[in-house]
This record gives sequence, structure tokens and C-alpha cells, in this order.
Amino acid sequence: MGYSKDQLLALLKELQIKFSQYEHPVVLTVEAQAKYVGNTGGVLSKNLFMKDKKHRYYVVSALADTKVDLKVLSQRLGLGKGGLRMAPEEALGEILQVPLGCVTPFAVVNESARHVSLLLDQEFKSQECCIFHPLSNDMSISLNTQGLDKFLKSIGRNPSYIDLEANPSVGKDQPPDLAAFVPSDSPVLSVLPEKAPSSQDSTGKSVGAATNSAAVTAKAVKPSGNAQNVKEKPVDSVQPSIPAADAGKFVEELLDRASALLLSEISEDSIKQHDGQLGVEVANNIKKCVREDLKNLATIFKNTAYTEGFYAGTRYQPKRL
Amino acid sequence: MEKIEDKNRQQEEEQVVNPWEVSAKEGGKIDYDKLIDKFGCQRLDQSFVDRVQRLTCRPPHVFLRRGIFFAHRDFNDILDAYERGEKFYLYTGRGPSSEALHLGHLIPFMFTKYLQDAFKVPLVIQLTDDEKCMWKNLSVEESQRLARENAKDIIACGFDISKTFIFSDFDYVGGAFYKNMVKVAKCVTYNKVVGIFGFTGEDHIGKVSFPPVQAVPSFPSSFPHLFSGKDNLRCLIPCAIDQDPYFRMTRDVAPRIGYHKPALIESLFFPALQGETGKMSASDPNSAIYVTDSAKDIKHKVNKHAFTGGQESIEKHRQYGANLEVDIPIKYLNFFLEDDAELEHIKKEYGAGRMLTGEVKKRLTEVLTELVERHRRARAAVTDEMVDAFMAVRPLPNMFD
Repeated sequence: MGYSKDQLLALLKELQIKFSQYEHPVVLTVEAQAKYVGNTGGVLSKNLFMKDKKHRYYVVSALADTKVDLKVLSQRLGLGKGGLRMAPEEALGEILQVPLGCVTPFAVVNESARHVSLLLDQEFKSQECCIFHPLSNDMSISLNTQGLDKFLKSIGRNPSYIDLEANPSVGKDQPPDLAAFVPSDSPVLSVLPEKAPSSQDSTGKSVGAATNSAAVTAKAVKPSGNAQNVKEKPVDSVQPSIPAADAGKFVEELLDRASALLLSEISEDSIKQHDGQLGVEVANNIKKCVREDLKNLATIFKNTAYTEGFYAGTRYQPKRL
Repeated sequence: MEKIEDKNRQQEEEQVVNPWEVSAKEGGKIDYDKLIDKFGCQRLDQSFVDRVQRLTCRPPHVFLRRGIFFAHRDFNDILDAYERGEKFYLYTGRGPSSEALHLGHLIPFMFTKYLQDAFKVPLVIQLTDDEKCMWKNLSVEESQRLARENAKDIIACGFDISKTFIFSDFDYVGGAFYKNMVKVAKCVTYNKVVGIFGFTGEDHIGKVSFPPVQAVPSFPSSFPHLFSGKDNLRCLIPCAIDQDPYFRMTRDVAPRIGYHKPALIESLFFPALQGETGKMSASDPNSAIYVTDSAKDIKHKVNKHAFTGGQESIEKHRQYGANLEVDIPIKYLNFFLEDDAELEHIKKEYGAGRMLTGEVKKRLTEVLTELVERHRRARAAVTDEMVDAFMAVRPLPNMFD
């Protein structure tokens, strides 16, 4: 489902972004890449895919020569000294959807990478051209930051460049200067397969269509008045909501819970114990155990439905008289 | 704050409880009886709990049954009025100083949700982003961002959007709200506010003029889009007892500007994992269970960091039993284990030494994991649009239904 190299190149051409492309054998390191494209006039980049303890992900893209101190970066993000580490290989495939050795800012074009924070080296701006992999290790493309910015803006991202070598002090009275780059949403369950998926998780992305399509048409427009979010946060109001506004799924979830409890209540022991009264006993137990849980589910459903209506209401066009 | 600490040094035996600092006497626990005496609020006894059950026709919340919410001001007036058919509204809030919320932060919200459901009343939730901007020296943008993030966790506690208005000070202060702020401010001298909150000549004027911001949500006229024409509507404020000073000031001012005094219902402090004497702090992730902790994290924290009252060896434990007074797993179960009978059983067996610490910890881990899981699932369903809707200045036509 992730973008392919060709799809990305087509996208760049569509946006009329100037770039040069170079094919070469698969390379896994900057040194190897340098052998093939080091003399093309552009500057090589090094790209790190990191994660923090709360499972939030970051792509740090810098000039190959820029010194990136992860401890300092971690503090500047407000994660403490050892908060950042390299993301595991699986995350590369699941979230960025690129192969090993292919981390690139272009990977954020993928839906799965929507919540990944992108940190770009401000040194890129002073270069004529910078070299990145276009989602595949057997090619490198060279473009300037205007081109990169145009691309990022087209996918709803606000490109922001930072001084990666800076080392400001972080303490009680100096809050971490890069705190705004910490993704505000932890990856939704439907993106990373975690524990036992409930009946909602597996279809998390496709359903909830009403919310998504309404949001897509107004993607760049956030309701005014409230939206005083930090500018660096990627502008995106398209969130995969758990499909609680879907009445069918909602009822399935309720039935699942009730029947799971029912099955656990009826056993040889309980049959022996309650005999004829088993029905009454089980009914009462189910009500007791599951009442609060189901009310919570219902409240989530109600809130989601109200939100959809509210959103539609704020964009409603009054009848023309 | 410095002023109160000075006083503290003079009378070293005193515990310190105010909105910015909570500490017990040297090496001891908070003395709640003394606090109630000093503050002048009332104990919430069993008769209240029974009355709430009668009026709401449902079992009282676990926090009421276990005495977690243990003190009040004028709660009886609220109940009397309710019996006469007069409704009220709820007001609670959060100072968004950090993104990481732990279970202690959720407690007033869990209780407020119960109150909303049981009494079928509306709720306003104040996010004091301006306060945190001033006290924690955050940038305006950062404190607003944190306010929105915290709003998501608050919404995940299960509030009904058709009866709940969430607002951030930076967004909402102005208009009728500000008019009330000025009315309140006019009634509180500089000396008074220094006496209550301990400001000094070194504190900036932002801090000194903040208290009215937290006071005026207690007055229905601060929310003309919700309560216009209902100037007589009473307000009930569920909060932790360290917030009492704000509302003592508010109650003092209310009659002078022609409003009802807000009623309060106050909770104990949630103990840190390391024990009552320890402090829960955002910089020590092992001092609390966070809503973002995985099942593995919870198990690890409970097993490795929870302070227990168990004896040093199994033999000693079987002989003397556990010290329930200091045992953190038991205290946490007191907060979060719904089943009264099961809790009693555990306390009895553990206190007698027949149950071991490991078993108690295991049960606690289950309870907490379920709680955190449920919260996480609810949180995942909260979208930015939902936050916008909760925070929109809109009428709530069904707020008393």
C-alpha cells in the first residue's frame, strides 16, 4: 500500500518540481551512495529513523556532515537525555514503508507515516541541491529545498528547518525548544498491529468514511478560533477515528462483549450450582459486569456522531432564498 | 509560595497544602483531619453517601464509598435543592503543565463523570493554560498545545458532549467571563491574596491577578451561551483538596456580588508509587502509572517500585501480616477495585499474613491494566474535530436531560 518510487517521481513531475535522478546499484550507506552520486554537485543527506519511549516516531534528515547529537536532540524535544533511540527494523517497513537503508523525508508521503515527525536540517537551505532516496535504494534524486518544501506542502505537511547542531540548555526555566516537534498523537492501533485486535481495529482505516471524506475536502482549513496550534505541527485534520460512529460496528462490539461474558458464565459448575435459575443468574451477572463498559462505548459513539454533525453544521451552506 | 514556605520553616511541624505545593510533616503522612480543621470544610460522612444513593437511584461511586472524596462545603445545600427539583452544574478543571497524565490526574475527572451521569447535570471544564504559561514559564503556544492534548485524555474519561463544555483560558477569557473576573478582583485586596496564596513582592503581576480566572467559572453568568437567564443556578466543584484556597476566596466574594457560593466536594491526594511520603513527579516516571504505560510497564512499576507493607520474609509475613497503613498496592486497590467484597477479603487475608504481597500486586496489575487499556481505547477515538466540538462555544439544549 505504500508509495512506490515511480509513484513518487510521477508526483514530483506533476507538481512541476525540478529534480535530477540517478540510478545506481542498491546502496545501504551514505558512503556507498557517495561512490555513485558524490560528484553530481548536490550534497548528500543522512537520514535517521528514530523512536521515543512513547512509541512516537521521528525522521531526522541532515547534511551528511552535520553532527547530530541524539542526546542533545532528545533533550531539546523534551524527552529527557536517553529518550530517543533508533527505531526497530519492523517499524521501517510498517510505518515508513521503505526498505532498510532507505530512510528519506519523502517517506512521509505514506498514510502510515502521518504521525511521524519530520526534522530537517536548516543547512539544506543554503545548498544548491540535496540528495535523497526516492523511496528506493537503487536511485537517488537531487533537488533544492524549494522543491522539497513544495512537495511537503502538497501532502499537507509544514516544512520546518532547524539548527541540528545547536545545543541550548534545557531546564526548569528553559523549556525544550523542539517540544513542538513531538507528535501529538500516538500511532492509532489500526496502524501498528499490537495486542488482540478487537472487532473494530482491523477495519479501522476504511470505515469512518463519513468523517474522513468530510475532513479531506476541508483539510487545510481548521475551524478558526480554536486552532492556535504551534505552526510546526503538520496540518492535518484527517484522523482515522475508530469507527464508533458506525452503528453496525458499534452493535457488533456490544454483542461480542455480551456473548463473551455469557459463554464464560455458563460452565458445568455454574449449571450444577444454579440449575433452573441459571438464566436469571447469568442475566444479572452480565448486566452487572458489562453495564459500565457498554455505557462507555455508547458515550464514545454518541460523542463521535455529535462531532460529525457539528463539523457538518459548521460548513453548512444556508438555503438560498 | 515562598511566603508559605517561610511560615513553614518557622513552624516546622506544619504540613504544607496549597495549589502549588503539597508536603506532609517530616517523614509523615498528610493529616487530613488537621486539614479539614485548618481549612474549615466539612467531613463527608456515610449519611451523605446514602443520601446520594437515594437521590440518584444507583450505587454510589467507588470514590464515595471508600472515602476518597471525603470533604465538602455546602454539598447538603446542593442535595436539598436537587430534591426540590432545582438542578445545578458541575465545574472542574486541569492545569495543563505536561502531556503525560497519570492516574492521579484522572481521579477528579472519573468522579465528575459519575456525578454528571448520576445527577444528569451539565459540566464546564477549565483548562488553565494561562496559569501554566505563567507558573511553569511555558510559551503561549506550548501551553495551548498541551491544553488540547490534555483535553483529549479528559474527553476519554467518557464525558457526554451534549452536556459538557471544555474551554481554555486563552481562548475563552473575555466578554461576560471577564466582566465577572473584574467583579471578583474588585473584592479581593492585594493583602488578602498574598495571605491566601503566599505571593511576594518578587512575583510577577500575572500570578497575582490569576486567582479570579479560576474563581469565575463558579458563576453561571460567566457562560451566557449556556446559562443565560439562569442566574440562580448552583455550582458544585469536585476537586482535590489542595484547590480549596481558590474557592475559599470565591465563596467569600460570591455573596458580595450577588451570586450563590459554589459548593465543593474534595478528594484525598493520590499517593505516589513509592509511598505516601514520596512525591509524584513528572520527572520520575516510576513514581506514577501513566495513561500511556503499556501492560508491561504497569507490571514492572507495580512489582519493582510500589512501596509495600509486607514483611521482609515469608515466615515473618505469615506471622505478623502486612502493614496496611503504608501498603501502596492496597491503597491503589482502594481507589480502583470496584468490588467491595473482594477488597475486604484481600485486606483481611493480607493483613493477617495469609495472602502474600505478590498476589496483591498481581491483582493490582490486572485492575490497573484494564483501566489504562480502557482509557487508551477511548482516547484513540478522540479526534481533533471532537476536541473542537467539545470546546466550541455552543448552546447545550439537552444539558439537563
